[in-house]
Amino acid sequence: MKGNGEIRIGFYICHCGSNIAGVIDVERVAEYAGTLPGVVVSRDYKYMCSDPGQDLLRQDIAEHRLNRIVVASCSPLLHEQTFRRAAEAGGINPYFVQMVNIREHGTWVHDDAEYMTGKAMDLARAAALRVYAHQPLERKQVPIKPDVLVVGGGIAGIHAALTMADAGKHVYLVEREPTIGGHMAQFDKTFPTLDCAACILTPKMTAVRAHPNITLWTWSEVEKVDGFIGNYTVTVKRKARYVDEDLCVGCMECIEACVYKRGKFDDEFNVGLSKRKPVYIPFPQAVPPVPVIDAGNCLHLSKGKCKDTCVEICGDRKAINFEIEPEYQEIEVGAVVLATGFQPFDATRIPYYGYGKYPNVYTALELERLVNASGPTGGTVRLPDGRTPERVAIVHCVGSRDEHYNRWCSRVCCMYSLKLAHLVKEKTGAEVFNFYIDMRAPGKSMEEFYNRVSTEGVHLVRGRVADVYAEQTDEKKTNGQIGRVVIQAEDTLIGRIRKIPVDMLILSTGLQPQHDSEDIRRMFNISCSAGGFFLERHPKLAPVNTFTDGIFLAGTCQGPKDIPDTVAQAGAAASEALALIDRGVFELEPNTAYVLEEECSGCKSCIPLCPYTAIAFEEEKKKAEINEALCKGCGTCVASCPSGSIRQHLFEDEEIYREIHGLLAYA
Amino acid sequence: MSEKPKIGLYWCASCGGCEESVVDLAEDILGVVEAVDIVFWPVAMDFKRADVEAMEDGSITATLINGAVRTSEQEEMVRLLRRKSAVVIAYGSCAHLGGIPGLANQFDREQILRYVYEEAPTVSNEAGTRPSTEHRFNGDRATLPSFHHAVRALDQVIDVDYYIPGCAPTPKLLKQAVEALLTGALPPKGSVIAPDIALCEECPRKDSKPEDLHIERFHRPHAVMADPDTCLLAQGIVCMGPATRGGCEALCIKGNMPCTGCFGPTSRVRDQGAKILSSVAASIDAEEEADIIATLETIPDPIGTFYRYGLPGSFLRKSLSQSS
Repeated sequence: MKGNGEIRIGFYICHCGSNIAGVIDVERVAEYAGTLPGVVVSRDYKYMCSDPGQDLLRQDIAEHRLNRIVVASCSPLLHEQTFRRAAEAGGINPYFVQMVNIREHGTWVHDDAEYMTGKAMDLARAAALRVYAHQPLERKQVPIKPDVLVVGGGIAGIHAALTMADAGKHVYLVEREPTIGGHMAQFDKTFPTLDCAACILTPKMTAVRAHPNITLWTWSEVEKVDGFIGNYTVTVKRKARYVDEDLCVGCMECIEACVYKRGKFDDEFNVGLSKRKPVYIPFPQAVPPVPVIDAGNCLHLSKGKCKDTCVEICGDRKAINFEIEPEYQEIEVGAVVLATGFQPFDATRIPYYGYGKYPNVYTALELERLVNASGPTGGTVRLPDGRTPERVAIVHCVGSRDEHYNRWCSRVCCMYSLKLAHLVKEKTGAEVFNFYIDMRAPGKSMEEFYNRVSTEGVHLVRGRVADVYAEQTDEKKTNGQIGRVVIQAEDTLIGRIRKIPVDMLILSTGLQPQHDSEDIRRMFNISCSAGGFFLERHPKLAPVNTFTDGIFLAGTCQGPKDIPDTVAQAGAAASEALALIDRGVFELEPNTAYVLEEECSGCKSCIPLCPYTAIAFEEEKKKAEINEALCKGCGTCVASCPSGSIRQHLFEDEEIYREIHGLLAYA
Repeated sequence: MSEKPKIGLYWCASCGGCEESVVDLAEDILGVVEAVDIVFWPVAMDFKRADVEAMEDGSITATLINGAVRTSEQEEMVRLLRRKSAVVIAYGSCAHLGGIPGLANQFDREQILRYVYEEAPTVSNEAGTRPSTEHRFNGDRATLPSFHHAVRALDQVIDVDYYIPGCAPTPKLLKQAVEALLTGALPPKGSVIAPDIALCEECPRKDSKPEDLHIERFHRPHAVMADPDTCLLAQGIVCMGPATRGGCEALCIKGNMPCTGCFGPTSRVRDQGAKILSSVAASIDAEEEADIIATLETIPDPIGTFYRYGLPGSFLRKSLSQSS
């Protein structure tokens, strides 16, 4: 083998207690392996992964001058690193080790002892032939940039940013709305404790603004992401706010002075339940406390004609500046936490619930604003005609658990529906009916909350609402009042159809991915789960990691979850990012693909195939170039290169062909 | 006077184009004839098998054999020439990879004979007569070579020292090879005497190839007017260039026709057809299986497209016998 010298292989077969030895005749396999070319030591051992097992490797390397190791045991996923480290400790290159999986691919799926013993021998022969061709490889180190980017300034992004900033890292927090706070800032009380959302959120928001380690960019969006783990270059577009954040003192006099005496445009923060002016601040505690000018509706910006009363009142501060242009900032970060959140299900998609058709049908988020003391009605729940509702229905699972819309359970709706039932009852004394499919109350204190609300006299009707229609009334009697709607559902507990007329209907809309989550996914080169939420690397063991190293997930962008879980996950994402950054360097596994530069014809076939965008076309040389730090060693480009000019360390053709020959050469 | 190197040329299963390509050396052939003694060239000069048999083993400096091996006669002759020659060069696609005759490996021997002697529309053979290896008539005995069950590339029959690729090889490559022979500056045994880099490298349309092809349907070259400046793959025409060894100076492309792969794969590839297939298939702009199949069905003859010159030497090699 080219320059590899004399090959001296050590072969080890692990009993794994009785996991392997219970089926395979390990002694026979070891005896057979000892007869294979190059094998100078062949042993069976109870637990190869144990300390004595690893010691055995080290001793044999020294004693028998071994330069290749084959371990027949479990999956390389479990112990490849263990045996590589042991080999390294014994003084040979760790990539001279080859594992043979005879447990997951063997005794756990076969019980025929004779067959499995033969299969173990075949696999042993393939590996012993393969290691001949192994070349020494080295892990490369890539330095990691110390700063972090957090995308999204809801509670997840806020918590992650504060955690990392407190640990001394410089954090860029990018939020596309004019303020941070996200959905949580719109909520009134939070289940199950009924503490006020703003009271617990706003201190964290102001802490973000005050933190010396956080650069907060609101009204900003990530435009472009380049690079790889530890070395991301991110371009952030800072949209034109027309109010200079450095000069504004947050006096809000410009809003007062606007030529529009009253709000005229839908207020996004109050989900359209109130009107705002073209210069506005989403809510009084917004961070930063700097107004933003809506260019589409501002007379100066859209028509070019205005008395500019806002500029006048701002006076010498000169904070209002119509000349401001969008600005592009390029930052370099080592890690990214994505906390881009969710959007509520669009209730108009289910026409039979009557949202948009009947004025007294609301979404849950609208109710959050209505019950909120700083909301458009000052916390009074009233119908559009001013009356206080006497009967209110709340429909759970709107858009969720429904094969026509979203199949998933949105996880928070049962509990927030109970919370809204409680709040509406508390504020109006109305009779409240909750229509649910299944009452889902897992988690700390949730069942207790359910018990509490159910004893408060809320009617809990187990049944999916089939129809909502206007109640037939004598028109003369209506007096300009908004008519009631009838909720029709089968009460599955009593087995009867119920028709309940109510003054107000609240739709508990579910959570779904942001409308542009696909763009974000592409930009950061991560994957999505079936529903479109971002995909974690492992649902149990790597829940905040993604398949792209250095990109972490926090909050509802990964899937529906409540505030406690969001905060916990944000903390986890922050600590993963910190663990990465504090290491300072990132070690690259050497099993990467590489281009034979002389031989590459520059046909570009490989470039679109790379799932990790690790291949670029080098315009000057007209050749493909693989970024080792991005390459995950999947081998797609290697297999597809039409001229065989991409190869892969540890998966060289020669190694693979030898392995195949070994497998097929029945002894 | 020192003896001139002896050269032999021989023709097996091929079209004769390779022989033509030797003549294509034009006036340069005079220089070659000057420098060497041609000791065997049945197509052009009157030599008999007995003349070769009479030569000393290893006495021919080099023999260029074109064509694949299908019959017993071809096999005997190449074995004989191997014995008599110091160097054997597989000349042209058929000797190198199996070539167009190798496409016959899609069918078994019986299928071929049945079609050619019975079923082909131009055949009238009511008695169902088939060629036999021996026939006696009035006390005379006539023989024919036997027809092997498969077509083989030259190196599947005898040891081959070098390969000159192409259908047919270009005069430039032949000249290079002859010069190498005369000067003794020979590459390592087993080399293909052509650049070891895919055709795209020297393709005049290289810069027009996009990174992502997004092929919605394939077009056959005769069915469209191909833009003469744009990468043919980008126009949905299967071009074997990315998987084919360069060295032809993109002759077909310059004639606005796609590369069909006659130079074979680079030294790093074992199966040219599989390679281009995986690359081309990955360029299809479809997500659903039905759409993918619809796009692929616009390639009416996948083996003839992707394995036009290399079926016998590929992993596919030949189809299993279909007749009983």
